[in-house]
Amino acid sequence: MTELAIDIENLTKDYPYGFLHLKKRRSLESLTMQVQAGEVFGFLGPNGAGKSTTIKLLMRLIFPTAGSARILGKPISDIEMHRDIGYLPEQPYFYDYLTAAELLDYFARFHDFTAAERRERVQRMLKKVGLESAGRIQLRKYSKGMLQRVGLAQAILHDPAVVVLDEPMSGLDPVGRREVRDIILELKKQGKTVLFSTHILSDAEMLCDRVGVIVGGKLQGVGAPSELVGVKAQGMEILFELPADAASGGELLAQATRTGDRYRLQVEESGLYTAMERLGAAGAKILSVTQVKPSLEEYFMHLVEADRAQSAAVEVRAK
Amino acid sequence: MTRIGTVALNTFREAVRDRVLYNLVFFALVMMAAAILVGQISIGIEQIVIVSLGLSAISIIGLLISVFIGVGLVSKEIDKRTLYALLAKPLRRWEFILGKFAGLVLTLTVNTAAMAAGLFLALFYVKRSLEQADTVVLIAVYFILLKLALVVALAMLFSCFTTPLLAILFTAGLYIAGLFVHEMRGLQGGLIDPMLGRLLRWISYLLPNFENFDVMGAAAHGRVIPGALIAQNTAYAVVYCAIVLAVAMAIFSQRNLK
Repeated sequence: MTELAIDIENLTKDYPYGFLHLKKRRSLESLTMQVQAGEVFGFLGPNGAGKSTTIKLLMRLIFPTAGSARILGKPISDIEMHRDIGYLPEQPYFYDYLTAAELLDYFARFHDFTAAERRERVQRMLKKVGLESAGRIQLRKYSKGMLQRVGLAQAILHDPAVVVLDEPMSGLDPVGRREVRDIILELKKQGKTVLFSTHILSDAEMLCDRVGVIVGGKLQGVGAPSELVGVKAQGMEILFELPADAASGGELLAQATRTGDRYRLQVEESGLYTAMERLGAAGAKILSVTQVKPSLEEYFMHLVEADRAQSAAVEVRAK
Repeated sequence: MTRIGTVALNTFREAVRDRVLYNLVFFALVMMAAAILVGQISIGIEQIVIVSLGLSAISIIGLLISVFIGVGLVSKEIDKRTLYALLAKPLRRWEFILGKFAGLVLTLTVNTAAMAAGLFLALFYVKRSLEQADTVVLIAVYFILLKLALVVALAMLFSCFTTPLLAILFTAGLYIAGLFVHEMRGLQGGLIDPMLGRLLRWISYLLPNFENFDVMGAAAHGRVIPGALIAQNTAYAVVYCAIVLAVAMAIFSQRNLK
């Protein structure tokens, strides 16, 4: 049996609102989810879906209305659990009067490292996140992307077994995103468990062993990205060019989508060879043929739309 | 204990980097001006003027720091979300509260000590000597520090469950009420309704008694402050701070962050 890194059971969170806080809005509903040790788990959902609420509950920044969770077998109320976890908050903000090196040194002190160990780790982490030369600059002079990197450095500073990252790609340029992806993959290679929330689906598809999709505070699906979207091809896509002197492609050409000089045509798998023959006869130059699979984005959008439709139906019934 | 110390030292560093100690320049200017002026115009009351002025300035500056920074110790960390990454470390919430309290008290101690040194310099300038009787001024400064620690604890308590503005108002209100504890106990017999009198008496015992910390008159006139009062005020401040901080820690330990 695979060891569980994170075990969440029926986690529910209500936020009170109104003048006397008598009304309640449910932000998370009976979330039950497991993250296996050593896997990269993506927590997907649109804004306000409950991703950050779940992570804050795990970090004990907020307290659950019901349910429980364990990290590495220890209840989340156990402070010792925090020795083995690293956490990057969403849009992190740190003490801006400190330099990056001072901030990392400050955080390292909570892990009982010696002064020499702290110095070595701080330098190593600054190098890892590409801030070696900016380590002595006060954080008030840092850009959003640089703060994100500092946040990442403090999350992995103490070599934790479980790393929880809330929107780690947020605010980063393409280079920064690539670097964060590399760090996540490196953590995976080291056998660490990574749970990260995102609404950037391409990142999740690229990095995650499994993903959980949460919409409207409810977990809608968990599994490997390929499992969730289904492996059955939806059809075949032919990419081709049509020389100026080519004969008319007829109705096939009318179905194709033109981008510059190139055309994309989606056909049924059974009709592939017929379509290729007809395009060849028309003088088209076939560039590639690929299987069309539903993307994680399509699966995600399907869930979001279903949730919206359900919410609308509930509102209509309430009226 | 180490974790509390780590938070405390960072709080002190924050105060230094945010230029909180710049108030010392203002204090130094006031004391220099007073010393020069008093040296020219007063006859035999130099000590009274300098000590009264110096202790008042130490108290007022300290109170401003205690209330405004004390309230921000917790609320600023929540508003700016600097607390998020910190609480994910092996740090208990009560340790954070104690560390923050200790850090600001350390800042106030350094600040007050520097101002006390300035006061003694001004005293030396006008009297051309210092006597053993002047040690009573040190006791007065110590009492101010105890009072400031209590104010910090109250400011932190209120900031654990309400907005910064309300926390400032509550702390200031409680401080002012605490200056009239003896008067509240004296409002008896005939002057007001007996029930109200009893209620006020009970309330007066719950309020922090800031009157006991005021020995400015005795210090200015060089009168002896009994050792029993020093012990009593120390014990009172320690116990009152412990109770207030315990309540603050209990509230903060249950608080949902934004």
